[in-house]
Amino acid sequence: MANTKEVRKQIASIKSTQKITSAMEMVAASKIKKTQSEMQLGRPYSEKIKEVISHIANSSSEYSHPFYEHRATKKACFLVVSSDKGLCGGLNINLFKQVISKSAELNAQGIESNFALIGLKAASFFKSVGGDVVANVQKLGDKPDPDALIGLTKIVLDLHRNGEIDRVYLCGNGFVNTMTQEPKVEQLIPLPAEEKDELAPTHWDYIYEPEAQELLEGLMTRYIESLIYHAVIENSACEQAAKMLAMKNATENAGDLIKELELLYNNVRQAAITQELSEIVGGAAAV
Amino acid sequence: MSTIKVSIVSSSEEIYSGEGTMVFATGSLGEIGIAPGHTPLLTGLAPGPVRVQNGSDEKTFFCSGGFIEIQPDLVTFLSDRAERAESMDEAEAIKAQELAEKNMHDKDSELDYTKAAAQLAEAAARIKTIQKLRKNK
Repeated sequence: MANTKEVRKQIASIKSTQKITSAMEMVAASKIKKTQSEMQLGRPYSEKIKEVISHIANSSSEYSHPFYEHRATKKACFLVVSSDKGLCGGLNINLFKQVISKSAELNAQGIESNFALIGLKAASFFKSVGGDVVANVQKLGDKPDPDALIGLTKIVLDLHRNGEIDRVYLCGNGFVNTMTQEPKVEQLIPLPAEEKDELAPTHWDYIYEPEAQELLEGLMTRYIESLIYHAVIENSACEQAAKMLAMKNATENAGDLIKELELLYNNVRQAAITQELSEIVGGAAAV
Repeated sequence: MSTIKVSIVSSSEEIYSGEGTMVFATGSLGEIGIAPGHTPLLTGLAPGPVRVQNGSDEKTFFCSGGFIEIQPDLVTFLSDRAERAESMDEAEAIKAQELAEKNMHDKDSELDYTKAAAQLAEAAARIKTIQKLRKNK
C-alpha cells in the first residue's frame, strides 16, 4: 500500500494545478467580455460597407467585379482562422476536421486546394498534415489589429486575380453563445450575388471619382478585409469561451481527483495506525 | 430645413451617426461639400477633417483614408481609421510628421518613399484638423 507521504505529495501537486486552471478560467471569463464588445464595435463598419456594396449591386454599374464572377474552378483556397494558444478544448481541431473534409470533397471533384492560415495552431496542424500553405499570420494577440491581416488578404486576392485560385473559403468558429461555438466553412469568393431590389429604379448609377474600376477594386478589397477581420474577432471570442469551459472542466476534474486521493490518504493513515496498535498490543501480550 | 443622414465608421468603431444639413470633406479629387439631395457619388476619402454641420452646430472629425458613398438622403464615410479630433494630441502629430519627413530624406531608411509620403500627408491632415478646431473655439 502507498505510504502517506506519497499521497500527500500527489494531493499538493494536483491542488496547485487546480489553482492554475481556475485562474485561467477567470482570466478567460473576463476576456470574453472584451472580445465580445470588440465584436460589437466592429459591426457598424461591416454593416455599412455591406450596405454600400449592395447599393452598387443595385445600381446599373458600368463595371462588374471579378469577385462576383463564377468561373470554372480548378483550385480553391481555404482561409483558416485559428487560435494562437491551446488549452481551449476541441475548438481548433473541430474546425480543422471540417476544413479537411471539405477539401477532400473538393478533391473528389478534381479541385485542388491550398491554405492561407491565421494563428499558430493552424500553422502547426497543417505542417504535420501537409498541404500547400500560401500565407501565414500568427501571434495576433488578444486584440487583433486589422493591419496585421492586410498582407495575408493581399496574397490571397492577388492569387485570385492572377487566376491561380478560383474560389476562396473562409473557415472559422462562429460564436453562438458562451457554451456553444460552431465551426463554419463559408464561401468568400465568388461572393454570393446581391439580391436586386425589384421595386427600386435601377437606371441610376454613381458618379465615380476618379475611376470606377479603381474605386470598386479598393472597396471590394476593403470589404473582403472586413469580413476576414470579423472572422478573426469572432474566432477570438470563441477561443476565450472554449478556454473558459475547458478550464472549468479541468478545475472540476481536479476537485474530484483530490477528493478520491484524500479518501485514499485517510485509508492509508488509518491502516498505519491500526497496524501500529496491533503491534503494540501483540508486543504487550508477549511480555 | 432638410437634412442628410451622416454616418462615419472606421473598421474598429462607429465614430458618428446622425443628421447634418451640410457636410464637408476632402475627397480624393479635392474638397467636397455635401448637401441633402446630392447626386449619387462614390469617391475616395483623403486623410483630413470631416465637418458635419447641423444648423448652427458643427462637429469635426479626423478621418484617415477610405471611401465616401453619397446617396441623395445619406452619406457614409468608410474610414480605415478615424478618431475624434478633440482627442488628438498636436505634439504627437507633429512628432509623427517630423519622423515621416526624416524618413523621406533619409535614403538609407527601410521605409519606401510612397509610405513616407502617405505618413506625411496623414500627419499634415491631423495638424490641419487640430488647428481648424482651435480657430473655431
